[in-house]
Amino acid sequence: MSELKFDKTKCADCQAVACLVKCQYIDLDRNTAKQEWQKVINGEDSFVLEACTTCYACEEYCPFENHPFYLIVERQEEKGILPAPRPIVTMWINQCQPVGKFMVGKIERKALSYCYLPQFNALVKGKLFNGIASSVIFGQEFFCNAVYLHYARTSVIKERLPKVLDNINKQGIKELVCLHDECYGTFTSLAPAYGIDVPFKPIHYFEYLYERLKEYKERIRPLNIKVAYQRNCSARLAPETDHFVDDIFSLIGAERLNREYDRENGLCCAEIFRMAKGPKLADEVQRRNIDDMVRVGAEYCVFNCPACWDSLADKVARKGIKPIHMIDLCKLAIGEEQSLKLPALTVEV
Amino acid sequence: MTDIYEPLVKIVGKNYVSNQKEERYFYARDGGLMPAHEPDYVVLPRTTEEVQEIVKLANREKVAIVPKGAGLALTGLVIPQKGGIVLDMKRMDRILEVNEKARYVVVEGGTTQGALKSYLQKHHPDLRHSIPDSPPVATVVANVVIHGQGRLSHQYGFNSDMVSGLEVVLPTGELCRLGSCSVSSYWFSKGAPLPDLSGLFLGWFGATGIITKLGLKLYPCKKMRDVMVVLTDRAELVPDILLKLSHTEMMEDINVSAQPLPLRFKGTFWIMGYITGDSEDELEFKRQMVWGSLWDYFEKREVGLLSVSPDMKAPLMSMPSKDLTRFADVAKGGGFQYAGPITPIEKFPAFIKKLEEVAAKYQVFYASTTRLIGSGHCMMFSFSFSFNRANPDEMARAKKALDEASGFALEEGGVLWKADLDEQKMLMGKMDPNTLNLMKKIKQLLDPNGIMNPGNWEVK
Repeated sequence: MSELKFDKTKCADCQAVACLVKCQYIDLDRNTAKQEWQKVINGEDSFVLEACTTCYACEEYCPFENHPFYLIVERQEEKGILPAPRPIVTMWINQCQPVGKFMVGKIERKALSYCYLPQFNALVKGKLFNGIASSVIFGQEFFCNAVYLHYARTSVIKERLPKVLDNINKQGIKELVCLHDECYGTFTSLAPAYGIDVPFKPIHYFEYLYERLKEYKERIRPLNIKVAYQRNCSARLAPETDHFVDDIFSLIGAERLNREYDRENGLCCAEIFRMAKGPKLADEVQRRNIDDMVRVGAEYCVFNCPACWDSLADKVARKGIKPIHMIDLCKLAIGEEQSLKLPALTVEV
Repeated sequence: MTDIYEPLVKIVGKNYVSNQKEERYFYARDGGLMPAHEPDYVVLPRTTEEVQEIVKLANREKVAIVPKGAGLALTGLVIPQKGGIVLDMKRMDRILEVNEKARYVVVEGGTTQGALKSYLQKHHPDLRHSIPDSPPVATVVANVVIHGQGRLSHQYGFNSDMVSGLEVVLPTGELCRLGSCSVSSYWFSKGAPLPDLSGLFLGWFGATGIITKLGLKLYPCKKMRDVMVVLTDRAELVPDILLKLSHTEMMEDINVSAQPLPLRFKGTFWIMGYITGDSEDELEFKRQMVWGSLWDYFEKREVGLLSVSPDMKAPLMSMPSKDLTRFADVAKGGGFQYAGPITPIEKFPAFIKKLEEVAAKYQVFYASTTRLIGSGHCMMFSFSFSFNRANPDEMARAKKALDEASGFALEEGGVLWKADLDEQKMLMGKMDPNTLNLMKKIKQLLDPNGIMNPGNWEVK
């Protein structure tokens, strides 16, 4: 079984303890943070393990790329701490279990991964996917499994991820465009942190979109819109991709509004908090986040992750902000239509 | 048996009587496991007077007569055991009156759930009825005749508790009104303050008369509705969770789902509670009350609140539930039946254990939906099995699984719901002898020639 590559000497020399000091949900001064972090490293009891909301952000805060969040999750599992109620964990473990019901298109050297998110079936349409739309994989067999970081189950990741990588490799895929941001984070951060080889080149879909948009530059009609960007938890695993958001927006005439909860200070969709900590924290974080979007005058809220879309799209829409996935935003810029829309929720009585 | 085709034609017209093979084949069966038996005639009346004439004819000629809604009880209750007439009520589908201030509707005996829902949404959007999770073609009358349940059953009990008056054609052809409508033009009560005679017809599966008009209570229809999904993986906690949820008095409908597939359901019990409100504030208040009632379990990590995505929510919000219909064909081949004993909610863990046991023993695919009835006074627990109708072996195994589950439910203190003929025998075998005798006297008094849905509730 793979083991986490964690270098405790990096932490010994660290004065900032940014992993905990910058945490948006645990309020600690530097000294206490240092003490508590040392406990985590030593495998001792620390309240941090219970208080962690599993927002992933400390992975980005750490200047040494030493994977503090992965270590927290390891320690939670070792100590039997349940970040979310047991039945929720059970449900997640069961529902993503590989059972041989996957979908494979006409695979080329370069392919798209839908992960295990059917929303991509709606999103992948139009010119931006010309030549690749049928080269696609989908299903539990290709599910990145990073979600188990929320549930203190790195053991599941370590068991399933090598098989997932093998499944992808068997398709002959050399370059995999990860439409789910979390897949990219898994292949470029999580897998290497556990010494798991990734036998193909992962490409973040932001980079893919940016390159395709450049091909269609003459078709782009600047959108001239003000946008709140919704950063997702797994964006913390690959912060190096964030510049593509700016690059794409600049290409299509979208203004990424400077707001309190973006970039390093971004708030995740918080829906995982509902299951882990209860509705109060989730509602409060979502309210702060959306109020911030309203305050800066956002016309659109742009989503990276379909799970964030599920959590927040309806809520931002109620505040008069148009929810849109990044892929759809790019489609709008070249004169195509938004595909992923809120279902007409039957409030039938 | 005398040929009564021509007399029937005289009553309803030739387009609405058939003694042809194809109609007799179709009306000989339902979607469940009970053996088929063909009627001699299929008749579709349009008016109460026609029903009266048909019944008088049948009584005179001693021909069996089985009133039928959509035939969706699935336990063979409208299979004509002794041939005769199947009286398909679907042409009597008018919605006669809605009294907005007294909150009731009067419908004809063949009005469907879907038609009533649609009518209320269009013409009386502030009112609603308790919609069962059967397909929309199920009829309102048939549902109360079997003591069905619906989306308001947690708040208001069995759908038959919501009846507010009856018009019945007796087996000897007389027309009779029961409840307030027997002395007044209003249909606000099926009994009180008079002697409540509705029990002579509700629950009898048409063996004592034919309901041609029905008064049904309507309830406020709030502007907004939401579902909360609570998960636990311990069956023994379910009764207490249900009681806590019920205690809040915030939920109009509470269900529990248990099934091994899709995998997301495996190993957990999904408790779904529905709340309504006229504003987001009202909904939020209810959410907080509900969640507060389970907070101790949440802190102990025994109970979780599932985040429900819009795509997941849409099917949960639909009425009737489309998921049930999907399950009905999960084994492919269109066979589906369930035993749904009514039982105290404390029996949930024992029933789940039995369900898993019989499913494994007979190798049939299972699911269970539990619905709370009347503030948790009891629950309907379904032992549901789907099977391929083209596979006789699978059908036989499903039937054995159902029979064993029903026997177990009875032993555990449950009462079998919409019991098929075998289950009726089981029930009557366990019933107090004086009660049985009373049933026998009632049946003989009302139906001296035994023509009404013979075989059902037949006390030997």
